[in-house]
Amino acid sequence: MERELTVVGNRMPMLDAAAKAKGTAQFIDDLVLPGMLHGKILRSPLPHAKILHIDTSKAEKLSGVKGVMTGTDIPDRKYGIVPKAKDEYALAKTKVRYIGDEVAAVCAVDPEIAEEALELIKVDYEELPAVFDPMEAIKEGAPLVHADVQKNISASIRKEFGDVEKAFGESDFIFEDTFYSQAVNHAPLEPHGALAQYDPKGELTIWSSTQIPFFLRRNLSTTLLVPESKLRVIKPKVGGGFGQKVDMFAKDFCACWFAMNIGRPVKFIYDREEVFIGTRQRHPVYLSVKTGLNKEGNILAQQFKAYADGGAYNSTAPVMITLMGFFLMIPYKVPNLLHEGYHVYTNKPVGGAMRGHGIPQARFAVERQLDMIAERMDLDPGEIRIRNSIHAGEPHPAKFVINTCGFVDTVKKAAEGIGWAQKRGKLPFGRGVGMAGGSFPSGVSNMSHISSGAVVQLGREGAVNVLTGAADIGQGAETVIGQIVAEELGVLLEDVRVTAADTGITPLDPGTFGSGVTVRAGNAARLAAISVKNKLFEIVSEKLEASVDDLVAEKRKIYVKGSPDKGMTLSDALKAYQYGDHPMPIVGRGSWMAPTTEPTTLLKENGNFAPNYSFMTQAAEVEVDPQTGRVKLLKMAAAHDCGKMINPLLVEGQLEGSVVGGMGQALYEDVIVEKGQVMNPSFLDYGFPTAMEMPEIEAIEVETIDPLGPFGAKEAGEGTQVSPAPAIVNAIYDAIGIDFMEMPVTPEKILKALEEKKK
Amino acid sequence: MKQEIALNINGDTYELLVSPNQTLLEVLRDNLGLMGTKRGCDLGACGACTVLLKGEAYLSCLMLAMDAVDKEIVTIEGLGGRGNLDPLQSAFVEQGALQCGFCTPGMILTAKAMLSEEDHPTEDIIKKRMAGNLCRCTGYKKVIEALQSVSEQTAEEE
Repeated sequence: MERELTVVGNRMPMLDAAAKAKGTAQFIDDLVLPGMLHGKILRSPLPHAKILHIDTSKAEKLSGVKGVMTGTDIPDRKYGIVPKAKDEYALAKTKVRYIGDEVAAVCAVDPEIAEEALELIKVDYEELPAVFDPMEAIKEGAPLVHADVQKNISASIRKEFGDVEKAFGESDFIFEDTFYSQAVNHAPLEPHGALAQYDPKGELTIWSSTQIPFFLRRNLSTTLLVPESKLRVIKPKVGGGFGQKVDMFAKDFCACWFAMNIGRPVKFIYDREEVFIGTRQRHPVYLSVKTGLNKEGNILAQQFKAYADGGAYNSTAPVMITLMGFFLMIPYKVPNLLHEGYHVYTNKPVGGAMRGHGIPQARFAVERQLDMIAERMDLDPGEIRIRNSIHAGEPHPAKFVINTCGFVDTVKKAAEGIGWAQKRGKLPFGRGVGMAGGSFPSGVSNMSHISSGAVVQLGREGAVNVLTGAADIGQGAETVIGQIVAEELGVLLEDVRVTAADTGITPLDPGTFGSGVTVRAGNAARLAAISVKNKLFEIVSEKLEASVDDLVAEKRKIYVKGSPDKGMTLSDALKAYQYGDHPMPIVGRGSWMAPTTEPTTLLKENGNFAPNYSFMTQAAEVEVDPQTGRVKLLKMAAAHDCGKMINPLLVEGQLEGSVVGGMGQALYEDVIVEKGQVMNPSFLDYGFPTAMEMPEIEAIEVETIDPLGPFGAKEAGEGTQVSPAPAIVNAIYDAIGIDFMEMPVTPEKILKALEEKKK
Repeated sequence: MKQEIALNINGDTYELLVSPNQTLLEVLRDNLGLMGTKRGCDLGACGACTVLLKGEAYLSCLMLAMDAVDKEIVTIEGLGGRGNLDPLQSAFVEQGALQCGFCTPGMILTAKAMLSEEDHPTEDIIKKRMAGNLCRCTGYKKVIEALQSVSEQTAEEE
């Protein structure tokens, strides 16, 4: 840019904030169509059983019921978010695999009648032996959740960088520890839903609480056997997702199916219990880490093994275990790494993408072990992190290309923020500080062909319409994209309208996952804006008798660089454009894909994984009450390098939400499952943090300007979630001298450990 | 048997035929299309369905519509003037106290009730009073800051 930024970098409310505050923002359950029917789903009460027979006759006869469907009605097409790992039917065909598996669906004139009809459906099951723990499930002779998957291992990876055996041989110290990271529910405030409408011409429209409209379109197309061209997916406001709304669900399929077969609009809304049981959760993972270091505390080798409890289906299985391994290579320099990961089926709720997607579990193990190593080697936890940091521009052992890296600064600033030098090891018993580092990719560049498109239209009055496929689920993607376009075109944010996430109107976009939206969709929108600007500049350059390269657009004006007086208003420029018989609106297209060597080969040969990488350190101060075992998080100092912040207000929001989410994982949250039955599927029993538990949060910016991000930006959505939990558990060690190897660290565990320590 | 009742909502009177087991939330959303009141759990655990009855915050999912007769009901649609935002709504907008926005109407109404009762609530009081309104996005920090700023603003005006 040839001038100061005027829109990018500003703290700005979200474009739709006022609508949300007024209650007029429309979420899926707020949409009502004339003649709309209501659907409900019958779920399995058994963890593992053959379906022998389903009698729907009584339900069909109930007055007000308009349709009943079971697995036998639907095409024999499995679905799944990862093409190679499809293993699910919208409704079970022959077998149920967890308590909550979908068996039948009903639609009726009102939700109560639909509920009543579910009770009239009679299902004969033959119960099968079930397995609930991945370490049991991989044993010879364990019940098979899917008959064709031996040992229940549905996805696995063994990836080595360097020569781990040799490096362990050269290590002065070798430590090996095991950890467990529990099941966590995303618990977005808005329950999942879908509303489908069928046009007699054969066009199907579905509104869905989805994070990825275009993937949903593909999954619906292949399972309903309807061409993508006849399917339109529209994302209304989505009330939080955190990864849970990445998959297609029975509600999507069944709403479409009923709409097509009955000819009336059909809506499904899951209740809270269904969200807990029948959608997705963070994978519980058993982890072991073996780390070899030299005398100076430099990591020479790491061997990592993970068994993820996938529950009954794959969802993102292969991606999750891959990410878990590859991102052990940041933020620390690990010259030699061996990662073995297994995704194991059990007869339990299904694991899926959740904020950080496999990486928070791995970071918990690594960051905890780093602290334990520091203690054993008598090093400061901050020092060992700084010593092992990767750096921008250095050759990377996995051939990642790190253009910007503020990690060392984040360690220093987080330490400063929490008062590390005065507090670590120096506070009275029961008080302590701890830290953890992290890094995250801004979307993936390798592994798949993922590109984002955008169209920008500039109209006669200077109004801008941006068409983007990006899916705003509450993080503010539309606002960030609007700011990028406004900045590039030299207009105000209020001049920009963002039309997003409608597969019938907006260009292709992979959706909201992998923290790629700002960089990927932001770059696409920026390119589209540049294309519009260039068209306008050609006309303006003639009028001003200046070279196109010398023109600048800012605050609704276009002028010659360095001479703000020599210029014209955007309004006059548009008049000139129009009177020159050029077509209105001015339209620009952009498309962006991260630069990559050869996509999809990363498993075979090393290469760059993401366009850029964020870095962060979070430092926690806790107070542990030895009488009650309760831990209070007093403060979190979070230093974050997310490149140039497009909107600091929204970045802080991401950070603060992550701190409280990470606190939930570290201290409170656990999806408790007994014999396949979720025991706490409600907000009351699950207990994620409320305002009462909120700690003091200090957000510290470490700004780098990344060459590939739009205006230098990197991701800020998921990376924030990888280090809060281990930072808290590390602080608990400093407070009471006990190493906890699993989460959540509940009062019961603390009291038990304190009791044992006394002995 | 359905019964005829009249509800006073946002200053308007609605004559309705409701079942004895219908909750206020259901009537607001399903009968009247007042969709600003959200259904997050239907169990009184999340606060997304909060409305005001005679100025006090109530969970509309736990309340029968019939029990709301003769009580002035204010939903999020009733806040702020024509096209304007109430100062609380403005504070939420300007200070980034909302992200996905699903919990926001309930948050704002709980806060409204609190600020009408508490002149200068301390941070502890705010946290306690807001603890029944769950949010999974914001981490509550900006919510609390927004409430503090409105309470200070009101204090100054007085």
